[in-house]
Amino acid sequence: MFLINCPFCGEREQSEFKAGGEAHIERPKQPTELSDDEWAEFLFMRKNIKGVQFERWNHAHGCRKWFNIARDTSNDQIKAVYKMGQKPPVK
Amino acid sequence: MSKNLRFKSSKQVDETYRISFKFNNKTYYGYKGDTLASALLANDVHLVGRSFKYHRPRGIMTAGSEEPNAIIQLHDNTSRTEPNVRATEVEIYEGLVASSQNCWPSVNFDIGGINNILSPVLPAGFYYKTFMWPKSFWEKYEYFIRKSAGLGKSPKEADPDIYEHKYIHCDVLIIGAGISGIMAAKLAAKNGLKTLLVDEKSFLGGSTIYDNSEFSKINNQITSSWLEKEINEISKLENLEIKTRTSIAAFHGYNFLLARENLTDHLPINQRENKIRQRLLKIRAKKVISATGAIERPLIFDNNDRPGILLSSAIKKYIDLYGVACGENNILFTNNDTAYETAMSLVQRGIKVNAIIDNREEINSKLSYEIAKNNIKIFKGFTVVDTYGYKRINGLAIMELSKDGQKVIGKKIKLSCDSLGVSGGWTPAVHLFTQSGGKLKFREDDQVFIPHKYPSDQLSIGSCNGDLSLEEITTNTVLSVKKFLNINNTDYKTFEITTGINKSKRNIWLLPSDKILGKTKSFVDYQNDATAKDIKLALREGFRSIEHVKRYTTTGMGTDQGKLGNMHALGIISETAGTKMGEHGTTTFRPPYTPLTFGTIVGRNVGKFFDIIRRTPIHDWHVANNAKFENVGQWKRAWYYPKANENMHQAVQRESKAARDCAGILDASTLGKIDIQGTDASEFLNRVYTNAWSKLAIGKCRYGLMLNEDGMVYDDGVTTRIGENRYIMTTTTGGAANVLGKLEDYLQTEWPELDVYLSSVTDHYATISVCGPHSKKIVSKVIPDLDFSDEKFPHMSFKNTKIGQIKCRVMRISFTGEQSYEINVQSNFGKSVWEKCMEAGKDFNITPYGTETMHLLRAEKGFIIVGQDTDATMTPIDLQMDWIVSKKKYDFIGKRSLYRSDTIKDDRKQLVGLLTENPKEVLEEGAQIVADIKKSPIEMLGHVTSSYYSPNLNKSIALGVVKGGKKMLGQKLIIPMENKNINVTVADPVFLDKEGERLNAEL
Repeated sequence: MFLINCPFCGEREQSEFKAGGEAHIERPKQPTELSDDEWAEFLFMRKNIKGVQFERWNHAHGCRKWFNIARDTSNDQIKAVYKMGQKPPVK
Repeated sequence: MSKNLRFKSSKQVDETYRISFKFNNKTYYGYKGDTLASALLANDVHLVGRSFKYHRPRGIMTAGSEEPNAIIQLHDNTSRTEPNVRATEVEIYEGLVASSQNCWPSVNFDIGGINNILSPVLPAGFYYKTFMWPKSFWEKYEYFIRKSAGLGKSPKEADPDIYEHKYIHCDVLIIGAGISGIMAAKLAAKNGLKTLLVDEKSFLGGSTIYDNSEFSKINNQITSSWLEKEINEISKLENLEIKTRTSIAAFHGYNFLLARENLTDHLPINQRENKIRQRLLKIRAKKVISATGAIERPLIFDNNDRPGILLSSAIKKYIDLYGVACGENNILFTNNDTAYETAMSLVQRGIKVNAIIDNREEINSKLSYEIAKNNIKIFKGFTVVDTYGYKRINGLAIMELSKDGQKVIGKKIKLSCDSLGVSGGWTPAVHLFTQSGGKLKFREDDQVFIPHKYPSDQLSIGSCNGDLSLEEITTNTVLSVKKFLNINNTDYKTFEITTGINKSKRNIWLLPSDKILGKTKSFVDYQNDATAKDIKLALREGFRSIEHVKRYTTTGMGTDQGKLGNMHALGIISETAGTKMGEHGTTTFRPPYTPLTFGTIVGRNVGKFFDIIRRTPIHDWHVANNAKFENVGQWKRAWYYPKANENMHQAVQRESKAARDCAGILDASTLGKIDIQGTDASEFLNRVYTNAWSKLAIGKCRYGLMLNEDGMVYDDGVTTRIGENRYIMTTTTGGAANVLGKLEDYLQTEWPELDVYLSSVTDHYATISVCGPHSKKIVSKVIPDLDFSDEKFPHMSFKNTKIGQIKCRVMRISFTGEQSYEINVQSNFGKSVWEKCMEAGKDFNITPYGTETMHLLRAEKGFIIVGQDTDATMTPIDLQMDWIVSKKKYDFIGKRSLYRSDTIKDDRKQLVGLLTENPKEVLEEGAQIVADIKKSPIEMLGHVTSSYYSPNLNKSIALGVVKGGKKMLGQKLIIPMENKNINVTVADPVFLDKEGERLNAEL
């Protein structure tokens, strides 16, 4: 169980948080303009990489805020925590 | 069998305190401080169990948590009964009862022993290979196989003991209180760090605490005395907490560890009353120091599993710590020097050591010369090739090893013994280190895996780090702990170490024999009966990955997880495959290190504390009125209210009829309620619901359907506009938290520009729904000041009003199809307003109804329940709810998905009504729906989602989902059941009052 440094509350146990999948996938502004394939790309396709992955997390049992983390999936080390709308501070 | 093998004992055992206990129905005596194993050995009992597959007699093999054989059943046939307990870890107490497992009728005469004779036809994978054909017969074989292969019995009654969980935070956690753990604890605690030291045993000091021979000294003091002084010193340190009988079960990432603390298992049963038995410690440590020691390796030779064969270190521990000899005529078999320490411990107490068989040709240690002086024959360059004796070893045969160690040469020599100690060197206990994600490296010199890359702020010290000599342990522990904890000054200066042994070792994973391998039984995994032959067979059959070989042969898959034999399995694999040892890596070590009880895992979360229970403010009234309850999410909802001798069906029929004929009252407080405020609230609702919201007037209500982005129905409910910028949304009972989470997600991440704020107000309001043709009269009596006329208060509208001083919101909305009012009041007034409604409705036969009746009434109207009539594959179109999907709105969650190639298919499962040919026949929910039962395989068209007997229509009604169902109106379909086929006709899902006239109907 890892520790997550919530940008609003500070360091808390993982059990207070909920994972929300891959980060930086923006909902298309004009979905009706998209082909089935383009919509499916947004809807279903997700990376599942070994290494640093950008993820959305929610402090569900805390401040209820969503934010992003950069986590190395091979060892669960969190390289960075940053707010929604910000660019990832690491590569 | 009634020999006394107790010699003058050490401090561990209190000979003034005699304890009686029962093993396999026979009474024995031991002393306070004994383990079950040491007490049995003192009574000359070695045979304690039968092996898993061949039912071979097995004895105590070790003196610690690595024990593979002596796993017993504690507390026979009581609610406390516990299987697979290691006799080597059980501390005896007055009245202890234990018995052998996996044998019938007894450990001495076990019918399953025939498997041993049949063993040539029971190779690895035998069960997979043999019982796979014919497939359908597995069910028949399984019963017998399970019976013969069972390991212990689980309890049949509830566990009477209490367990709990506890969080601990510390600067440094030290695992293992052997010599290096003690030294590290002193270093840490004396430097002001909050330190926790845990050890699985009841005493501190590990194996060094009984290292009391003249040949082992630190700074001119006998090693055990030196360590005792250290222990005395640290036990006075204030910021050091010491927990014994505490075993680390799991070492997770971020230095989060789970430990099991045993509090009462060593006490007589009558002293355990009202005490916590075991505690699960959840430890978060800034730094972790592993000092978990090393486990002695056995040696792999033919018949190496007979009772009386123990690890050499175990024999030493039994004699030095418990004063118990494992035999009167001992032989030791070794490939390194440590067995000579065991020999010396025995010799010093006058116990006969018949011979020492040593793989090595040259032995130069001081201790070996001392042993030779005692007229003990040392066979240098020899190996054991066989052992004799069925239920107890009585002799063995040895032969000389060839120069390369691959063959045996010369003549067989037979020796007699009643105990054989084996030592194959030491394996660092790196289990916890690897559990935490640590990477190992292989050290060629002595063929061990040692910690290499640390995944977190942690350190391994002492023998678990590969420092196997006393000199390395003391010196390296101080150096590395100082560096790790950033300490400059310590009390430790230099160490002057004297020992009688050297590091030399001759490692041969599988010892050669004069027989061919196929004729030998050289056990690698004792508990699972996996032999060297099985491992070689797996390789011949093409298995290469160590993980595959493990599963095929079951090596290392017992409750001991192969603590003894895994290294040999790896060694044999690499030798056979011709690869280098380090290349294969090791199999994965998984938690728990030693088994945990279920009690420890669940802690206090049992019985009524198993899960959170939510009760409505009106709950007590339901209880007082004989309601039966149903769990909906965490809520307890009134299910039905049986009168006198009514069963569920009768009660529901009565309630349903009353709700339509007179009046019904329902506690709807559990529905999720979300207060939505902000200048963009209307726009927000437009985006999250399928229908349009901008034009909803203040004071009006509207039903909404919410989709996922994939177009599938997610939740539904009525939302009321109570102000220009304020709405109250209701959600399903079970979906409330998820809906709030989903709305927050969109607000925070996709539409942060919207000025909208959400708060859950589910618990703030009690909701009382009064329905039926008399409902208007009833609510008018409860709220006399409010104009309930249809003109002033039409269906789908809302009023703010008061009942006396109590503020309330009344919504005229209906889930039953009847005229219906929902009164929302602050929670604490809920029960009194409910009682007012009951009082006002007395003359109108107001009938409280539960969730079952609510489900029946809505089914008559064809209203869906999200989660019952839908799963995550139903679009609004599939539900024949096209009317609620706005064509005009540019976008809403899920809109684009409604015309993906897949969602527009005609043959999707669609919601339909189902009427049975026989109106009395009620379908089973979940039953499959087919069209043609002659076709093979039968094509499944769908299933029944809701089914009831309607007392208002006097017939059975059902909802179901059927492929292409929309176009099947009037078509006949079949519901095949176990003993009959039920004919049904596809119907409109609205069974009652299609025109909606009852919404305004009054009596």
